[in-house]
Formats: sequence, structure tokens, C-alpha cells
Amino acid sequence: MKLKGRAHKYGADVNTDLIIPARYLHTDDRTGWVAHCMEDIDSEFAERMKKGDFIVATTNFGCGSSREQAPIVIKASGVSGVIASSFARIFFRNAINIGLPILESPEAAEATRMGDELEVDLSTGEIRNLSLNKTYHAQPFPDFMRGIIEKGGLIAYTRERHKANR
Amino acid sequence: MNIAEKILAAHCGKKSVEPGEFVNVSVDLAFAQEGMTPLVVEAFRQLEIDRVFDPRKVVFMADHSCPNKDIPSAEQAKLQREFAREQGAVYYDVGRGGIEHVLIPEEGLALPGQVIVGADSHTCTSGALGAFATGMGATDIAVAMATGQVWMRVPPTLKFVYHGKLPKWVSGKDLILYTIGDIGVDGARYSAMEFAGEAMSELDMDGRFTMANMAIEAGAKVGLFQVDEKTRKYIADHGNRPFTAYAPDKDARYENVIEYDIETLEPQVALPSIPSNVKPVSRVGDVRVDQVVIGMCTNGRLDDLRAAAQLLKGRKVHKDVRCIIIPGTQRVYLDALQEGLVEAFIRAGAAVSTPTCGPCAGLHMGVLAAGERAVSTSNRNFVGRMGSPKSEVYLASPAVAAASAVLGRIGSPGEVVS
Repeated sequence: MKLKGRAHKYGADVNTDLIIPARYLHTDDRTGWVAHCMEDIDSEFAERMKKGDFIVATTNFGCGSSREQAPIVIKASGVSGVIASSFARIFFRNAINIGLPILESPEAAEATRMGDELEVDLSTGEIRNLSLNKTYHAQPFPDFMRGIIEKGGLIAYTRERHKANR
Repeated sequence: MNIAEKILAAHCGKKSVEPGEFVNVSVDLAFAQEGMTPLVVEAFRQLEIDRVFDPRKVVFMADHSCPNKDIPSAEQAKLQREFAREQGAVYYDVGRGGIEHVLIPEEGLALPGQVIVGADSHTCTSGALGAFATGMGATDIAVAMATGQVWMRVPPTLKFVYHGKLPKWVSGKDLILYTIGDIGVDGARYSAMEFAGEAMSELDMDGRFTMANMAIEAGAKVGLFQVDEKTRKYIADHGNRPFTAYAPDKDARYENVIEYDIETLEPQVALPSIPSNVKPVSRVGDVRVDQVVIGMCTNGRLDDLRAAAQLLKGRKVHKDVRCIIIPGTQRVYLDALQEGLVEAFIRAGAAVSTPTCGPCAGLHMGVLAAGERAVSTSNRNFVGRMGSPKSEVYLASPAVAAASAVLGRIGSPGEVVS
């Protein structure tokens, strides 16, 4: 599946408090969270964001808390995927579990600028930066994780395994 | 094998495991605080599994926005209470428990050699007992509660060896801040940290909990201590349940071994707005503070309050400072009361609160306005963490925080007590 959108570019160590501040998490209102996505790092994000856009950042994206609301709010904002040089481990798991596409490519993450137009093929991991006319390849997922992704996330994966074992 | 590998191997029915290997491990304990419980319950219902795998091994506690700060947080706490009752799970409501990562070990729920998962990144705190304790998101925790299993990728282990005797006023907090300052917030990303050396043997359990608590701040999956006499005494005093201790083999593999000589180390402070922005307290400069917070899952234990009381007893909190002290649990609160610590804090002009995570994440009980600055014994100083995105948080030990409360600026305990 090919996804196309513009890049919203950030640097290293974008933490989960920047993605969705804890002060908004005492409610369970997903649409309410969307208005505050990336608020403390980029106050114009919610306004500028167009459905299908990408978040691009360098190292350790999603560090900090275990809040699953971080990948949830990114997905609910209409972001097609996150491209980073590297991801913090809990964010990585959460994204896989809830089905937010994530791609690890230091080359693509470093070269991409705010507003660049990107085209991403999730099945091959190919990232094309149309503004720079460059192509990059994201690291493939290990087979185990691919199994979860292909089932559509951890819930469906577990449900199936549980039924098979019964 | 090292400690992490031994625990994971024992929990997936294998003789040995290799870093990078994917394994399904059985879980000894799974827990969630009230703020994350709604998402956990939502995921649990979607699994179409009716009951938790073992109600004695599934724990809920109300700590983040509790006592309820407003109607939405009251609804979250209510949802949690009802789910815990429905499942017959272990449950700690307001007035009966406290901050999850202080509470879990104190209640004897965490044991050496266990695999523990919690819907909070600071679940790694119980690594101080030699448990493979790690934080995960709500979906993972729902799966753990429903099936008693989680998937893991076996992490490589980084060994940190601390040589020398702990200098005066240098605590576990200073050592872990120093370590994160050295390796960075992703210095142990995806890895297990194993803490060793003479200084770790000297460190009491409360200091070890503080160090393990902040392993996540270096990106680690877990921060592990080897079981020793201090661990055994702690377990004997807290539930006294049987356990298996795993020590690293002599030929255990480590991705890297990092050694520190700590004899000349000063108390450390993490400046805004990342926990790796660490300087010795003498090099922080003249930084005025509006608020001091002492407590939290990082430093809300009895030894932490004793350290704060050494500075605050018989002194006054600076007129321009609000000092908020939060014992981690009801038991810590009661012990502090009986030792006279609470009276010392109140006479010094500090506000003493019931256990809550409140100010650490900018939820309630000490939220900062724009332009305000706090010294906190918590674990994160990200932008907006304690309130306004235009406020600032400095991280420090209870002794440095209490000294700063007296001085009205960031300072060392030595400036207050000769």
C-alpha cells in the first residue's frame, strides 16, 4: 500500500509528553486528544496537519512514558506513519500493537525537511522523498513482529491464538 | 547467562535465551494505575476473554489523579474500581495504598526472579529486587492480564559497575542521574541495565529502587540488581514469600561494561528539559526556585523522607518557595509520622500530601504556572511535565531538593548543614 503526504519534521528524543501531555489524559476522549497532539513541541501541528501526512524525527522517538495514547493520538490525527532514525522501545511496541505504521530509517529521517512530500510503500519499506528526489529503505520488521502487524495488531493476534488453544 | 537472560529463560521454559530472540514469557504480576486502566479494560473486552488469568496476580491502584481531582478522573477511578471488583483482582483505593512503584514492592507483591509488567513506564522500579520488571502500553497489559503471557525480545545487557564508597550526601538518585548524564536518554535503549560494584552493595534498598526506577530514563527495558542480604531482609520484612534468586554466571555476556569511580562524586542535578542534562550541584549556578517537590515513585520512600528531614528539621522553607512533600504510600506516611518527620516538615512550612503522582506529571497537587521553576525528586523534566510548557523542572535527590527549599535556590546540602 502506497501512502502519500507531507512531512512534519522534528529532532531527537521527542518524548510522549510532547506527543500528548499528561494533563489531557484524565479523559478517555480520543477526538479531544487530537487537538493537543504534539502541542508542546509544535503548537501549529493540529492546524497544519492534513490527513495522510507523516511525522519524521531523528533518534529515540516516543521516549518517556508508556502511554498508549501517544501512538493512538498520532493515528487518530490522520498521520499515515512515523519515520524515525530510531524509536524508544515502549512506543515501538505500542505502535505495533495498535497498528500505527512506523519505519526506521536514519538516512530518510535525517535528510527529510519540514514540508517535504513523501511517498511510502509499507509492504516494501520504501520511502521516497519526492521533494528531494531520493529513495530510502526502512529496516524490515523481524518475522515475529510482522506476524502481529499482519493480523492487524496484538488484540486480533491474541484473540486468534487464544481461540486456537481452546 | 546474565540476570535478565536467566529470568526470561526460566519464564519461557527454555534452558537458555539469546539477545534478540523473541519469546513468550509467563507473567508473575500485571498491574495498572487508574489513568491507564480505561484503555486496558477496553483492550481486555476486545480480547473476548472473560476472566483475568489469575486474580491474585492482577493488581490495580488509584494513584495518578487520585484522590480524584475532577469529574473525568473520578470516572476513570470508578471504572477501575468496578473492573477490579468484577475480576476479584487485588485493588488499592485511596487511603489504602499509594504510588504504584512504591506500593508493589512494599506490599510484597514483587519478588526476585519474577517477570512483572505494568501499564506505566516506571514499572522497572522493582528491578531493585532482581525482578524483570518492565513497563508496557495498555494493550500489552490487557493481554498479560487475560492470558498470563507477554511477548518479549530478549534484550542485550549493559553492566554498570560503581566503584568506591558513597560520598556524603550522594544517594542512588545522584548515581543514576550521573549515569544518564553520561550515556544519554537512549544510552540503554532496548537493553537491560545491570547495576553492580561495591557502591551498589553499600546502597540500601530505597536507593536501589530509585536507581532502577530511572532505568527507563536511559531507554532501558529493565534495571536489575543482584539479590544480596539487603534484598533478602527486605523480602523478609515485606510479605516474606519464597522466591528464586538469579545471579549472573562468571562468563555472562554483556554488550558493554561501564565502570565509574564515585569516590569524588558530588550530588547531581538534571537541568531542563531532559534527564540527561546533568551537572554537579556546584556547577548549576544561581537558580531561584518557586516550588520544591519531594516524593514520587522515584524518591517517596522512608529513607528519602529521612534525608529531607535532615535538612528541614529545625529550619524554615524559604519565604519564596512552596515545598510539597508526598510520601509514596500510606505505610511510608505513617512511618514518617511516627518518626516525627511529618511534624518536622509541617513546622518547616512544607505542605505534606496524601500519596499521589499528581505534580510529577502536571496532573494536580502542585502544577506550575508559566515562568515558574521547580526542583523535584521525580524522574522527568520534559517541557510541560509539571504544568505550563513555559515552566521548568530540575531533578535532584531529596537532600538537594530540601536544601534548595531552605536556600530558595538550587544548592547543596552542605550549604545548609555543616
